[in-house]
Amino acid sequence: MQAPGPDQLLEMYAAMLRVRLFEERARELYAGGRIPGFIHLSVGQEAVAVGVCAALRRDDYLLSTHRGHGHLIAKGGSLRSLMAELYGKATGCCRGKGGSMHIADASVGYLGANGVLTAGCVLAPGVGLSIQMRKTDQVVVAVFGDGAANRGPFHEGVNLAALWRAPAVFVCENNRWASTTAQAVSTAGGSIAGRAAGYGIPGVTVDGNDVLAVFEACTQAVARARRGEGPSLVEARTIRWLGHYEGDPQLYRGKDEVAEGRSRDPVAHLRQILEERTLLDAADAERVEAAVRDEIDDAVAFAEASPLPDARSAFEDLFAHYPWRD
Amino acid sequence: MATVEYAAALNLALREEMRRDPRVYVIGEDIVLGVPFGVTKGLAEEFGPERVLNAPISEAAIVGSALGAAMTGLRPVVDMHFADFVTCAMDEVANQIAKSRYMFGGQVDCPLVLRMPYGIGKSAGGHHSNSVEGWFINIPGLKVCIPSTPRDARGLLKTAIRDPDPVMVFEHRGLYRAVGEVPEEEELIPLGSADVKRAGSDVTVIATARMVHAALEAAELLAREGISAEVVDPRSLVPLDREALAGSVAKTHRVVIAEEGPMRGSAGAWLAWVVTEECFDDLDAPIARVAGPNVPIPFSPPLEAACTPDSEAVAAACRRVLK
Ligand SMILES: Cc1ncc(C[n+]2csc(CCOP(=O)(O)OP(=O)(O)O)c2C)c(N)n1
Ligand SMILES: [Mg+2]
Repeated sequence: MQAPGPDQLLEMYAAMLRVRLFEERARELYAGGRIPGFIHLSVGQEAVAVGVCAALRRDDYLLSTHRGHGHLIAKGGSLRSLMAELYGKATGCCRGKGGSMHIADASVGYLGANGVLTAGCVLAPGVGLSIQMRKTDQVVVAVFGDGAANRGPFHEGVNLAALWRAPAVFVCENNRWASTTAQAVSTAGGSIAGRAAGYGIPGVTVDGNDVLAVFEACTQAVARARRGEGPSLVEARTIRWLGHYEGDPQLYRGKDEVAEGRSRDPVAHLRQILEERTLLDAADAERVEAAVRDEIDDAVAFAEASPLPDARSAFEDLFAHYPWRD
Repeated sequence: MATVEYAAALNLALREEMRRDPRVYVIGEDIVLGVPFGVTKGLAEEFGPERVLNAPISEAAIVGSALGAAMTGLRPVVDMHFADFVTCAMDEVANQIAKSRYMFGGQVDCPLVLRMPYGIGKSAGGHHSNSVEGWFINIPGLKVCIPSTPRDARGLLKTAIRDPDPVMVFEHRGLYRAVGEVPEEEELIPLGSADVKRAGSDVTVIATARMVHAALEAAELLAREGISAEVVDPRSLVPLDREALAGSVAKTHRVVIAEEGPMRGSAGAWLAWVVTEECFDDLDAPIARVAGPNVPIPFSPPLEAACTPDSEAVAAACRRVLK
């Protein structure tokens, strides 16, 4: 495998920062009442989103989760239409019908966040079948949480993808918790990656706070998929810094875990690598950050200025073919 | 009488039944801390982890294991977390739970309860907002109740737990913080007993759960216009208190049926048929229905509002049948 070059590393850094700062901004906006509904943020988990997506092309597919803003950003989706969707505006990527938990951006192969856990795992073999039948060399990645891994569709999806040698990568974003429930008390055997053996596919566990480790594992899995050798399973172990959802009192865990997460900050980690390789100095870092902040300001301004959807649009988009009669 | 929230009334029912019957246990995701609605809060402290089972995210196994336990002598109460996720255990509900007793020729009882937090509100989006009670009345073998007040919630849940058959309890998530009076003493409310929530003489509004409250608001509005609306809450859809519905219609001769879920193929559609069957000669106007439109629930507040039937819609329907 070729190690990422300087440009790619710098791109990854900008992407990590984009996710981090977007999520922090979303948090403020939510607290300020600008964003309706519920939001699940991925602060602390940026290395998974960015490591996975850096191994993908724009035309590859990604099936995401309820904690999906970072995945969409890392896949190259528009911050404007993402932010507008969180606001419930007509200009949002789903015209306000989806919201945080249901963002989707087909233009970058992002086939949806999902309000139903593990749903993507059974869609993945079908996307893989489509890739095979259309004879493209695309790849599909299904991301799911440690909690989601305990639903049946995980097993059905991995088995079918393995049987079909589908060009799929299953990525478990293991942040130790499923809402209030620790992975340790909900998952027999402990390892998600270890399940790969049962399906005869490669399974690896990586440090999900190390973007290069995630990138390397995913690059290998993606290359294998593109070669037509079938799916792989990657378990990325990471730490969620914030609550399960915004507003979560987090009665189920102590502060040390978040402290541990912060001490292994994935963004700072990559920055340190870049500095060590003299690819980035303080002035560069400031420039990158300022540019990302501008992008986010622009997205917020766009969302703020956009109109709410007309109530009538609630009755559009249900079917491709109209008029429909009830 | 004590004034308590709907969620607390359900919690009380669970405590009372767990104290009374050691076979009763509760199972679901994040129920030890009572997330997200607080209904199961504190149960683990009183009854211990053996009877308050925090399950992995494995809906099929949560619901399926409940049936296994019920067929062999226990009385599980499943917390579905959000009713929407019953789809992840649909075979267990529709084929296994609903049919086992019947297909075994009556050899086993399946005494289990599925608590179904459901309904629209707060921009929860298309996967956390659905009113799915209508799906289950179409499955023979399931009893379905749908309480609108804390008192009904407690009394019906207790009855459901003691029932020898599978009972689904639909709890509207917009009602969990609603307060109402609950008797200090034990109270069991039988399945199949409707309740007149407001007496009236001009029009009968048959409404369930959150729509009972919308109907009561509508009745206030209508009273100012000189229209007297009677609000009847069936409280359970299976079994159904046909006599109570017919009794009200015999008095008012006009009917509005209000529910939150989509219009097509719904509980309200079934109720409309029952009223037609029972009361055709009493009706002075076609039955009017208030329900959600036949679309998934959208996220954005103005879109969600456009899909949320409210008191205005109920009042308008009443005026229509009285024209
Ligand atoms: C099928 C299903 N069951 C339950 C839920 C409710 N729920 C939403 S997120 C969540 C925890 C998910 O944990 P995990 O998969 O580890 O993802 P994380 O939140 O940690 O990113 C639960 C139980 C759901 N959305 N879908
Ligand atoms: Mg998790």
